[in-house]
Amino acid sequence: MAEAEESPGDPGTASPRPLFAGLSDISISQDIPVEGEITIPMRSRIREFDSSTLNESVRNTIMRDLKAVGKKFMHVLYPRKSNTLLRDWDLWGPLILCVTLAFTTYILQIFRMLQRDSADSEKDGGPQFAEVFVIVWFGAVTITLNSKLLGGNISFFQSLCVLGYCILPLTVAMLICRLVLLADPGPVNFMVRLFVVIVMFAWSIVASTAFLADSQPPNRRALAVYPVFLFYFVISWMILTFTPQ
Amino acid sequence: MSGGEISSRTLQIFFLIIGRRLTGRMAAVDDLQFEEFGNAATSLTANPDATTVNIEDPGETPKHQPGSPRGSGREEDDELLGNDDSDKTELLAGQKKSSPFWTFEYYQTFFDVDTYQVFDRIKGSLLPIPGKNFVRLYIRSNPDLYGPFWICATLVFAIAISGNLSNFLIHLGEKTYHYVPEFRKVSIAATIIYAYAWLVPLALWGFLMWRNSKVMNIVSYSFLEIVCVYGYSLFIYIPTAILWIIPQKAVRWILVMIALGISGSLLAMTFWPAVREDNRRVALATIVTIVLLHMLLSVGCLAYFFDAPEMDHLPTTTATPNQTVAAAKSS
Repeated sequence: MAEAEESPGDPGTASPRPLFAGLSDISISQDIPVEGEITIPMRSRIREFDSSTLNESVRNTIMRDLKAVGKKFMHVLYPRKSNTLLRDWDLWGPLILCVTLAFTTYILQIFRMLQRDSADSEKDGGPQFAEVFVIVWFGAVTITLNSKLLGGNISFFQSLCVLGYCILPLTVAMLICRLVLLADPGPVNFMVRLFVVIVMFAWSIVASTAFLADSQPPNRRALAVYPVFLFYFVISWMILTFTPQ
Repeated sequence: MSGGEISSRTLQIFFLIIGRRLTGRMAAVDDLQFEEFGNAATSLTANPDATTVNIEDPGETPKHQPGSPRGSGREEDDELLGNDDSDKTELLAGQKKSSPFWTFEYYQTFFDVDTYQVFDRIKGSLLPIPGKNFVRLYIRSNPDLYGPFWICATLVFAIAISGNLSNFLIHLGEKTYHYVPEFRKVSIAATIIYAYAWLVPLALWGFLMWRNSKVMNIVSYSFLEIVCVYGYSLFIYIPTAILWIIPQKAVRWILVMIALGISGSLLAMTFWPAVREDNRRVALATIVTIVLLHMLLSVGCLAYFFDAPEMDHLPTTTATPNQTVAAAKSS
């Protein structure tokens, strides 16, 4: 039993009483209610809304998720060291970006087929929709596994979330490249595209490193960051080269 | 108490100190009676169950130990020594691979490397010094899968991208050439390189195990060490693949020779001690096969992914039979 500073068996002094001495005097009488509900000082109607999001309108759900995705896009575009991307991870953003990337290659492919108006689409060696999708998702999964095997303390889906969101600059680069290619092709055109892709590649690396580097012990940080570099390099290469000539 | 008992008790405490430092397990301690050694024993045991271990009263300590009290000292000695010996043997033999293979921790032991270790291994693969065994020097304690896997991945993309770039530069002036970034070649390159980096070590390991059963070799490598050597030996091909963009045949073949020289010698020096005691012919044949397969890989990649540079002056229609001739020449 916890005693105050005095030694046990010292009945003389009256000043520091033992701590729980009066506990035995308390008895729970029948008229003190010990059950009931704990209410927070708010209107009870709100409690019903908090308990389930099933009852809200679809528009509310979609807007809430879209706002979360948009907020994370902002975090990627201005990479600061914040935990939002890691804490409330979601995979909507990566899915949207990956589908955008893959779908644009599909549109380009169709466009090229229509332009050439020939049946030799088999010789078209550009990336198919499935190739882009597979490279992005399997690349992200491999990097996440690598990071976890090296001993990082980031969870699987958090890492997927960060890697997927940091494709955003490269998606922007691809849309810019597509627009630039509407002008006449030439070396200047290529230089502009190269510059844009390099800048966006660096942006992706910086953004993802800002989130992922802290999860590794410092003696293995380079080992965990290099696969991310390789991943974004391959995606940049795909973006730079698959635009039609 | 006799002198023999004193010495055996001292031995117990000595092993306890070692055992506690190495394994941290206190299971053996609970069975001990420490009535004669007041302070030392109780400070050693630090039995978590005993909340009030009274040092001045050594007679109380046996009460707090959950194990059943033993009779005389002799069985305890044997049991303690037996326990600690098994602790130590378990520690020294295979402490790293102790998790079963279906847990995540088992695979984490293969990625237990730091950045500087990976760099050291890569540097060691680039500078094969005769007399320094790559495995003994860099890997013996700790084969890793990080290096082989990511070096192969980098090599796959380096070959595919460089091949693409070099073809683009070679055919730059032609009007009839339509540039296609051939992403199918990425999957082909990946298949070839990963198959080489994993199946050839498997075959070599099987072969070495078989020879080991016939001839007692001093040096034997585990499968992971062989995979590691092969993975790190492929590192030299990454800058080679990038330099293969230069569309000069002579330059490309010089690069092939240099790369083959470095990585082939690394492999040969690594595996020579493993087959040295064997029949002379078998040993030589093994080394020659290793180097030959390596050469086949590099020449095959050069032929398949990089078009021959003389094609840029010929129209595209006659390029196809020449390409097949070039491919047939080198296969």
